[in-house]
Amino acid sequence: MNDVDFLIHQPAEWLRATGPHADIVVSSRVRLARNLHPYPFLQRLPEDQQEEIIEMVEDAVHKSERIKEAHYFRYNNLTDLDRQFLLERHLISREHAGEKGEKAVAISPNEVVSLMVLEEDHLRLQAFQSGFNLTETWRILTQVDDDLEKILNYSFSPSLGYLTACPTNVGTGLRASCMLHLPGLILTKQVHKVLQALAKLNLAVRGLYGEGTQATGNFFQFSNQVTLGQPEEEIIDNLVGVIQQVIDHEREARQYLKDKRKSKFEDQIWRALGTLKSARVISSQEANQLLSLLQLGVHLVLIPNTLTIQELNALFLLVQPAHLQKLLEKSLNSAERDIRRADLMRERLAKVSL
Amino acid sequence: MVCNVCGTSDATIHLTEIINNQMLEIHLCETCAQEKGTDFKTHFNWGELMPGLGAPEKGSKSQEKKILIRCAECQMTYEDFAKTGRLGCSNCYTAFSKMLLPLIKRVHHAVTHVGKKPSKIPREVRSTHDLRQLQDRLRKSIQTESFEEAARLRDEIKQLEDKTKKGKSAKNE
Repeated sequence: MNDVDFLIHQPAEWLRATGPHADIVVSSRVRLARNLHPYPFLQRLPEDQQEEIIEMVEDAVHKSERIKEAHYFRYNNLTDLDRQFLLERHLISREHAGEKGEKAVAISPNEVVSLMVLEEDHLRLQAFQSGFNLTETWRILTQVDDDLEKILNYSFSPSLGYLTACPTNVGTGLRASCMLHLPGLILTKQVHKVLQALAKLNLAVRGLYGEGTQATGNFFQFSNQVTLGQPEEEIIDNLVGVIQQVIDHEREARQYLKDKRKSKFEDQIWRALGTLKSARVISSQEANQLLSLLQLGVHLVLIPNTLTIQELNALFLLVQPAHLQKLLEKSLNSAERDIRRADLMRERLAKVSL
Repeated sequence: MVCNVCGTSDATIHLTEIINNQMLEIHLCETCAQEKGTDFKTHFNWGELMPGLGAPEKGSKSQEKKILIRCAECQMTYEDFAKTGRLGCSNCYTAFSKMLLPLIKRVHHAVTHVGKKPSKIPREVRSTHDLRQLQDRLRKSIQTESFEEAARLRDEIKQLEDKTKKGKSAKNE
């Protein structure tokens, strides 16, 4: 069987809403860029060697200790919708989903580890954890990396470290990131101040789906820029320290909204619920924005807790275009999706009374 | 192919110069290229390469002198890299090191790797890397004034250096 559909019935690891500070830090992710010696990088990789690498990596995955159970999908067996679906679950990158050519991805059954084959680099290995858990995420990832390097030959230079197709990743090849939900900072209009301060610290802030995407639904990805000259643990510790401060600011902002602007704030949250419970047509962007407010309302116990964060997180994923189509088991155009999305919202939120 | 300058080492860097519409090819080994390096100026714009890196460095932009540096392994030119931001193979790092290292330094504020290494690498690569790792830790422990740790690291470094030296002299004999 080569079918990604089984995933729709399980919660994505990064949306389990558990772990430290899960009310602000949705998920932690670490990825490693690796290339295989002596093959040229992707741009100069002949077609027969692309196939060779895809096969070699599949073999290594199945021989590994920690990810031998992983599902291995070759892209020529996947539809565009399948790839979009994996992208929405953050298991593959936008670049990997969109580019032509032979590619593959290995996904561990619990979706904690995914391994993109022939992305910008030969291998992009990543691990996820729910909540603010970068250290644990790194521990999981480095073990999988250890497993694979016993079987595969990585390109490594004694001075520059792991060699990557783009020099911005050279050295550790490590990118650690956290996805933060910052509605408090947005509503109190402080988010720009925080982002400006971060830019000076060599950190990158991006939208929900990585490079070049807009922040929607008040979600932001924070990640390290520097990959060379610092050991992996140090890179991660630095990021953890900065994110800790952002968390503190967000908590302060939420408390301020609750204490000092209670009626206006409550009004916004209840209106969001009202809209979601009555809309007949809704775009995924609007749904995200309103779900973000609902989440905040649940965290601050402003709306009755008949609704759990897990349910809201699941909705957050199900309203995405590919998930909606997989759930309803039919292909829908954009206008049809907006109608079915509104239906789904009303159905799932029926138990919450206004 | 042999280096055009010293005539002994293998040429790994290949330059094509266009002067008054005449193409000139030069093949150099790494050492000679480094020595000669200052004579060559690239014509491309850093700003194009990596947006957000600040003001581009002014290179001498002359129509008459155009240089192509080509990686001997994958045939990629530095110009190709400048367009896409992606290198062709691991040897590109050596072939383009003259231009890449300043770029890497600007992005990462460092030019040497410390941290994880694969278990399957040649012994020399490993010990060079280990040594660098220890030196980095020594530097940091001095910064944080953990002198006991620093003393321990200094001994460890010395041991490792002695071992490498012994290994080398044993090989020579």
